[in-house]
Amino acid sequence: MRASTAGWIFAGPALIVLGIFFGIPVASALLLSLTDFDLYALADMSNLRFVALGNYVDLLQTPLFWKSLGNTAYFVVIGVPLSIAVSLGAALLLNAKVARFKGLFRTALFAPVVTTLVAVAVIWRYLFHTSYGLVNWALGHIGIAPVDWLGDPAWAMPTIILFAVWKNFGYNMVIFIAGLAAIPEDLYEAARIDGASRWQQFLHVTLPMLGPVLLVVAVITVSGYFQLFAEPYVMTRGDPLQSTVSVLYFMYEEGFMWWNLGRASAVAFMLFLIILGVTTLLLRFGRKRELV
Amino acid sequence: MSRIAAYKEVGATRWSAWAVNGALVALAVVALAPLAWMLSVSFMPTGEASGFPPPLLPSALTFDNYHELFARAGMGRYFANSLMISAAITFGALLINTMAGYAFAKLRFRGRERLFQILLAALVIPAQVAMLPLFLMMKGMGLVNSFGAVIIPGLATVFGIFLVRQYARSIPDELLEAARIDGAGELRIFFQIVLPMLKPVLVTLTIFTFMAAWNDFMWPLIVLTDQTNYTLPVALAALSREHIQDVEMMMAGAVVTVIPVLLLFLALQRYYIQGLLLGSVKG
Repeated sequence: MRASTAGWIFAGPALIVLGIFFGIPVASALLLSLTDFDLYALADMSNLRFVALGNYVDLLQTPLFWKSLGNTAYFVVIGVPLSIAVSLGAALLLNAKVARFKGLFRTALFAPVVTTLVAVAVIWRYLFHTSYGLVNWALGHIGIAPVDWLGDPAWAMPTIILFAVWKNFGYNMVIFIAGLAAIPEDLYEAARIDGASRWQQFLHVTLPMLGPVLLVVAVITVSGYFQLFAEPYVMTRGDPLQSTVSVLYFMYEEGFMWWNLGRASAVAFMLFLIILGVTTLLLRFGRKRELV
Repeated sequence: MSRIAAYKEVGATRWSAWAVNGALVALAVVALAPLAWMLSVSFMPTGEASGFPPPLLPSALTFDNYHELFARAGMGRYFANSLMISAAITFGALLINTMAGYAFAKLRFRGRERLFQILLAALVIPAQVAMLPLFLMMKGMGLVNSFGAVIIPGLATVFGIFLVRQYARSIPDELLEAARIDGAGELRIFFQIVLPMLKPVLVTLTIFTFMAAWNDFMWPLIVLTDQTNYTLPVALAALSREHIQDVEMMMAGAVVTVIPVLLLFLALQRYYIQGLLLGSVKG
C-alpha cells in the first residue's frame, strides 16, 4: 500500500461521515430554504414548490422572528461580556500569587461546565422559583421582595443570562489562566518599578498581553451564545410573553412542531449569516487593533 | 526597598491574600451550591423542598425518589439508552477521528492541506443548520427514532480530527519510515506504533466525546420521537414538564444525569483541561 493511498483510506471514514451527515445536509439546507417544504410535502413530495427567497422575505415580515432575534441579541450583548468578565475575574484570582488551593478551586469553578445543561437548568428553575426558591428566600433576608424570576417578562431573560454565565464561565476561565501564565513576569516587574498601581498593571500589561486570547474567547463565546436553545426550552418554553423565544427555539418550533421545514431552514441560514457576520466583524476589529 | 515600604508590602500582601481567597471561596460556593442543593433535595421526603423557609438538608434521608424514578418513571431505561449511545459514539469516533487525525498529520496524499482547510472552515457552520435536512435524510433511511440516527452523525468531528492531528504531528517521520523499510504495513504501523504514542490525546478525546454525547440535547430531542428511546437529557426535559411539582424526584433525576459525567471529569480532569487548551488555541 502506497502512503498516498493509505492517507485516503485512513482519512476516508471520517470524510465520508462528515460529508454525508454534515456536508450534504448543510448544502441541502440552503436548497430547502428556497422551497415551501411543509407537512403536505412531507406526505407527498409533489406538493413541493420552489419559492426562491420567499421564505426569507416572509420571515422579515414575521413579528415573532424579529422578537426571537431581539431576544437572542439581548442574550448575546449582555451575556457574552458578563461571561467573559466573570471568567477573567476568576482567572485573575486563581492566578494571584497569594491564592491557595489553586487546583481545588479550579476544579470547583469548572464543575458547572461539565454538567448536563438540561439537568442544571431544571435545578435553576427550582432555585429561582417565586415562592419556595432559595434565591428569593435569601433575598428576603436583605429586604428584597420576591421576584417572579422566570414568570416576569422583564426578568426571564436576565435569569437565563445568569444561568448561562454560571454554567459557562469556567470554560473561558481555564483558557484565561493559560493566557495569564504566558505573560512574562518581568513586564510586571518593570511596571512596578515605574510605580504602576495594580489597576494600571492590569490595564497596561495584562489586558494588552491577553489581547489575542481575549479575541479567541470572544469569537467562541459569541458564536456559542447565538445558539441559545436548551435553556429556554427547559426553563421557560419561550414564555412569558415570548420574551425568551430565541432564534433556534423559533426554528425548532417552525420545523418540528409545525413542520415548516423550508421556513425553518431559512431561519437556520439567517442565524448562520448573522453569526458569521458578527464574528468576522470581531476578528476584523481585532486585526485593526493588532491583536492577532 | 526601604524598611517601611517593605512592612507596607507585607501588610498589603496579607490583606490581599484574605481578599483573594475570600473571593475564591465565594465563587466556589456559587458554583457548587446548586449542585449541593440538588443532591440534598434528592434525598428529601416528597413535598419537603416546597416548604417555607426552604430546607437546606433533608429532615430524614430517603431513597424513595430514586426508587420511584427507576420503578415508575423508567429512569433505568433512559440511563441504559444514554450509556449505549454515548459508548457507541465514543468508541466509533475515537477510531475514526484518530485515523483521520493521523492521516492529516503524517500521511501525504493529494489535496491533504486543502481538505484540512475546508474542514476547519466548516467549523463556523452551526450544527443546527444541518439538522433539518438531516432529519429528512434519517426519515428516508428509516432511521428516525433509532439509536443509529443519534450515533452515526456523531462518529466523526472536526474537533476530534484537529485534536489528534495537533498531537500526532510530533511523531518523528523517521520512526514511521524505519517501520516501512522493515516491511511493516500501514495498518500495523498505525496500531502498533502510532496508537501507543497517541495515548494521552486518546484519553482526552475519549472524555470529550463521551461527555458531549452524554450531554447532547437538541439532536436527540428531534430524532428520538418515542419515549422508550429517550436519552437522559431528553427524558429529564420531558419529565420536568409532567412532574414539575415533584421537586424531590426531579432532583434525583438530575443527580442520576449529572453525576456520571461529573465523576468522569473529576477522575480525568487533567486530560480534559489539556484538550480544552489544545482545541481552543489554533495553530
